Amino acid sequence: MIIDLERFIAGERACWDELESMTAAIEQSPGWSLDLKDAQRLHYLYERSAAALARINTFSSDPGVTRYLEALVARAYGIIHSLDRKRTRFSPLRWFFGTFPRTFRGHLGAFVLACAVTLGGMVFGGSISVIDRDSKEVLIPPIFSHTYERPSERVAREESVQYDRMEGHKNTFASMLMANNIRVSMIAVALGFTFGIGTITLLFYNGVILGVIVVDYISDGQGVFLTGWLLPHGSIEIPAILLAAQAGFLVASAMLGTGTRDCLKVRMRQAVPSVVTLIFGAAVLLVWAGIIESFFSQYHAPVLPYSLKITFGILQLVLLAMLLGVCGRRQDPAAEDR
Amino acid sequence: MDARRFDRLVIRTPEGFNFSMLLAGPITRFMAWLIDLVIVIGAVFLVMMISSYFSFVSGDLSGALSILAFFAIWFGYGIVLEWYCHGKTVGKRIFNLRVVDEHGLTLTFGQIAVRNLMRGVDCLPVLYLVGGTVCVLSRRSQRLGDIAAGTVVVRNVDTALPDLAKAAAGGDKFNSLAQYPHIEARLRQRISPLEARIALQALLRRDSLVPECRVELFTELADHFRAMADFPPEATDALSDEQYIRNVVDTLFRAQLRQ
Repeated sequence: MIIDLERFIAGERACWDELESMTAAIEQSPGWSLDLKDAQRLHYLYERSAAALARINTFSSDPGVTRYLEALVARAYGIIHSLDRKRTRFSPLRWFFGTFPRTFRGHLGAFVLACAVTLGGMVFGGSISVIDRDSKEVLIPPIFSHTYERPSERVAREESVQYDRMEGHKNTFASMLMANNIRVSMIAVALGFTFGIGTITLLFYNGVILGVIVVDYISDGQGVFLTGWLLPHGSIEIPAILLAAQAGFLVASAMLGTGTRDCLKVRMRQAVPSVVTLIFGAAVLLVWAGIIESFFSQYHAPVLPYSLKITFGILQLVLLAMLLGVCGRRQDPAAEDR
Repeated sequence: MDARRFDRLVIRTPEGFNFSMLLAGPITRFMAWLIDLVIVIGAVFLVMMISSYFSFVSGDLSGALSILAFFAIWFGYGIVLEWYCHGKTVGKRIFNLRVVDEHGLTLTFGQIAVRNLMRGVDCLPVLYLVGGTVCVLSRRSQRLGDIAAGTVVVRNVDTALPDLAKAAAGGDKFNSLAQYPHIEARLRQRISPLEARIALQALLRRDSLVPECRVELFTELADHFRAMADFPPEATDALSDEQYIRNVVDTLFRAQLRQ
């Protein structure tokens, strides 16, 4: 049996046009809201169009009308069933001081794992460096070739510099650091897809490099220089990389699916908001770390006393710990996370 | 495990009905990506040219602007356009593609961010080899970023309502078959929806056919439909094959209106 298509369209067209204009208006305004009357009207039009689609699919045969109705019903369905995903006006401050620290605390286990892997790498790298001092050039990639020289020689050179070495390329250096560190963070997250093996490898290797450098400087009696050099930017940069790795471990956890019977798609869907929050939070921190490394960390005594640099680094670390540990506790998580 | 490859994304709603969207294939997606790549490279060069003017003020500032602009455009292009243009980049718009949630819901910023950030893995080692392989193997043509974000890329088809009056014989034209309502009723009973769809589509698309093919197609269709109902010779003799099909379609789709 075939319905009279043209008469059917003529009878329903007004409803379809109204639904089309309502959906278009809602899609164009991110902060839309409907009163009860409009919401009821939208639902009525959606159900009527859906019923028309069902009739067309059952009785008629024109693919053009079917396509039109499918597209219309799909748009309305997306709006009606995404009410919990309603686009609200984004508040950067509320996100950074509320959502971000709360997300961090919600997945503390992944962060602890990231710290443990990095520490493991540091211990391994440090041990290798103690056993075989010539291993430094093998373990540290050429990109960090400035660390190949003996620490005491470097310190003597840095402290005797009479001019501003960074003059004329501080901005370029800062932007290079930001771009490179954010890219590494993204890779740490993406490597979560390898069931976390890639993220662990990346973190461990970072730890090895750090361990080799720390042992090298301390064994050469340059612990104060090392702390003054690394702490101002490292107190932000290293936690930021660990936060990115935390996000990578969330991806890995969703891939593995241990302790849940949900399918991969559901697990991924649940992990996505936290992963995005953590990676963007890490990116913000890395922008700050890049500025500090370029404009502050590269200056040493007598230009900048080590005590000042170390105090600054410790202060930053305390503030970061307060941000991640305390901020966002008073806000309503349900309203914030939407 | 069902290893079939789907060409449509079928959504089953809680209200108890289905609707579907055409999934985009790997080749179309790759072409759209190539266009986006050209645009991104062009934008990066443009920004670098503009920032080079700042070198008169400060070479340092110019270098920093270039690096940051490159980074922002490279990673932000997809995120910004897909967020503000409802799942469409320029390349996708040209090829009528769109990113949608795999459950038919509204895309969230998180989904868009994840699918774009995962490009870092999908594009490894070169030219999206990882993403392309996963896309080809995936039943819904999803790359890793899509699987992580719960998204699919669909093809937007023309959603305008067809002009049925143009296709059918029309109320203002004489339909010789209408003089035999009992045979018309038999014809409607015997014709399946698929057969009716073929006849209607043939009429809707007749102007785009090569003349020889048009004659051949309507001859075949007329022979098929003539065999399904025995209209008297006086109702069909003077009709060309195409006119016969127009009358059949008129009978099928406009019967109630005529009554």
